[in-house]
Amino acid sequence: MGWIALRMLTGDRVKLIGLLFGVAFSTLLISQQLTIFVNLIMRGAVAVQEVSTADVWVMDPSSRTIDVFAPMPSTALERVRGVDGVAYASPMLRSNAVVRTPSGDLEGVNIVGVDDATLIGLPRRMAEGDRQALAEPDSVFIDDTGSRKLFAEDEQVIGTRLELNDQRAVIRGIADAVPTFTSQVILYTRYSNALRYAPGTRNRLSFVLVRSDSDHTPEELVAAIESETGLRARTAEDFANDGLWFIIENTGIPVNFGITVVLGFIVGVAIVGLTFTLFIRDNIKQFGALKAIGVTNAKIRSMVAIQAGFVGLVGYGIGIFVAEMFFILNSGVDTFKGFYMPWQIPLLTAVVTLVMIMLTGFLALRSVLKTEPAEVFR
Amino acid sequence: MSVGIAVENIVKEFPITKEESIRVLHGIDLEINTGELTYLIGESGSGKTTLISIIAGILFPTEGRVNIFGTDIYDLTDTELVNFRLDNIGFIFQQYNLLPALTAAENAAVPLYANGIAREEGVERGKAILDALNIADQCEKLPRQLSGGQQQRVAIARALIHEPRIVVCDEPTAALDAGSGRRVMDLLREVALAPDRAVIIVTHDNRVFDLADRIIEIEDGRITHDGKELPDAH
Ligand SMILES: Nc1ncnc2c1ncn2[C@@H]1O[C@H](COP(=O)(O)OP(=O)(O)OP(=O)(O)O)[C@@H](O)[C@H]1O
Ligand SMILES: [Mg+2]
Repeated sequence: MGWIALRMLTGDRVKLIGLLFGVAFSTLLISQQLTIFVNLIMRGAVAVQEVSTADVWVMDPSSRTIDVFAPMPSTALERVRGVDGVAYASPMLRSNAVVRTPSGDLEGVNIVGVDDATLIGLPRRMAEGDRQALAEPDSVFIDDTGSRKLFAEDEQVIGTRLELNDQRAVIRGIADAVPTFTSQVILYTRYSNALRYAPGTRNRLSFVLVRSDSDHTPEELVAAIESETGLRARTAEDFANDGLWFIIENTGIPVNFGITVVLGFIVGVAIVGLTFTLFIRDNIKQFGALKAIGVTNAKIRSMVAIQAGFVGLVGYGIGIFVAEMFFILNSGVDTFKGFYMPWQIPLLTAVVTLVMIMLTGFLALRSVLKTEPAEVFR
Repeated sequence: MSVGIAVENIVKEFPITKEESIRVLHGIDLEINTGELTYLIGESGSGKTTLISIIAGILFPTEGRVNIFGTDIYDLTDTELVNFRLDNIGFIFQQYNLLPALTAAENAAVPLYANGIAREEGVERGKAILDALNIADQCEKLPRQLSGGQQQRVAIARALIHEPRIVVCDEPTAALDAGSGRRVMDLLREVALAPDRAVIIVTHDNRVFDLADRIIEIEDGRITHDGKELPDAH
């Protein structure tokens, strides 16, 4: 009877398209919005994740995230280096500044000063130029998203001079970085340069990036650093999550996306529920005739399950495919740079779709099972 | 000829409000023989459809028993009753009630499919019976591509393909013009009638009464005539 169930479904093109559209649309809406949500939130963590060589971050006790921190005195670096278990520690300076572009525009930027010797803190990949070019005088690297923000497409970026808080800076490379949540332009430079660019206060060391030696786990080191220096230490993983949670707790993003996802679900249930119920209602005479002839409720139930399963599977497939295509086709757009769909999202969407289909299928089925077969005589 | 169906004291009430209900059948007693074409006639609303629905096992009576070839069908469980219908009863509905997405041959084979027979085999047997009903050339067509008379032949094929011992038809010719109606009734007499099978046909159509072996009339839920001939009023 399975093939009959499918034939009933495909025999009614318009309703089939309506059903598939409903499932596909809500699958698309839910998976796409969840993906955007997750990736946006993840941007609160990318700046930390990008510094893969550090497994512990040390900061002032009042600092909270990579963007929300208080600077420390430069002596903190030596104190951290003195802790047993530290393989090496390097300074990082983060600061805001204003640049004047050659065309005279002002733009707020984020300065990131990385260790002069090791360049720890620089993104792993360069879009253009060589990492070693940072050693040259007044050298800065700009992040690729920032370069597109600051310069027109045909403009020469490398070699351009900038005025950075009244100091001379020359762009000598473009770093391939995933945009951060604040999506400010980022200028990377050596720590010693950064001290010049950043407005002068006494304490300017933002973070100390630490690598644990092979005898200590990052967790052990965190405890040791905190007790010995009085500074705050976090494992890289925890610190990345701090940035993520900061966004969740301090912005309307989760609520807004939550609403969209719930709406996607409701719209999906409404469309699928209505079309599926209508489909079943329209077929009630057919099901009634089948029951009269001698098809058991159990068989009717499995026929509807096959119909629901088919609609669910195909609609879900279309929806996920379109969502995936959306991110693939838009990967060149800075807003979606680095966006990907973690495997949990298709899974979660599948569960939601399944619930949706089962719910509407179950409701639609009730009217079928309740029909006395005598109805078809009337 | 033997008794195929024994109906005993059938009462049927339909609820109209929570407290009230109307009595549509007032204690019907009836025996229907095999090898005969039995017509059930009566005015609109007299209870014909209700009665044959109860006889065919698709509507529970309020009181009474229906015994088909020795089985009290309303003593069966729901699933047993469904399976009993599948094995023993062929239906022909007024509105044909074919599945619009299936071809004529597939529609004819639906009772076989309900019994788990494979699609191809069903199509073969569907074709064979449609051939017997002189519409073999329409096998591949969908119901909407068929005329009313052709659809009713497919419905007849479906009612007979599994060789049920009881065939029940509710106004099988009501939607047809006089000519096709007569041909369908002739056909029913020709193919449905068998020595060990009981056939009941509900009809309004006075042009076909001559085909009946027995005519039963009900009025307001009571049998008022039972015989070889039409009641006097007609
Ligand atoms: N499900 C139901 N609920 C309430 N009343 C019903 C129901 N089914 C039938 N009736 C009533 O029972 C009576 C007999 O109906 P039935 O359909 O058996 O008549 P009929 O003889 O087949 O009429 P027709 O020739 O018009 O088909 C009618 O008065 C009808 O209104
Ligand atoms: Mg009727």
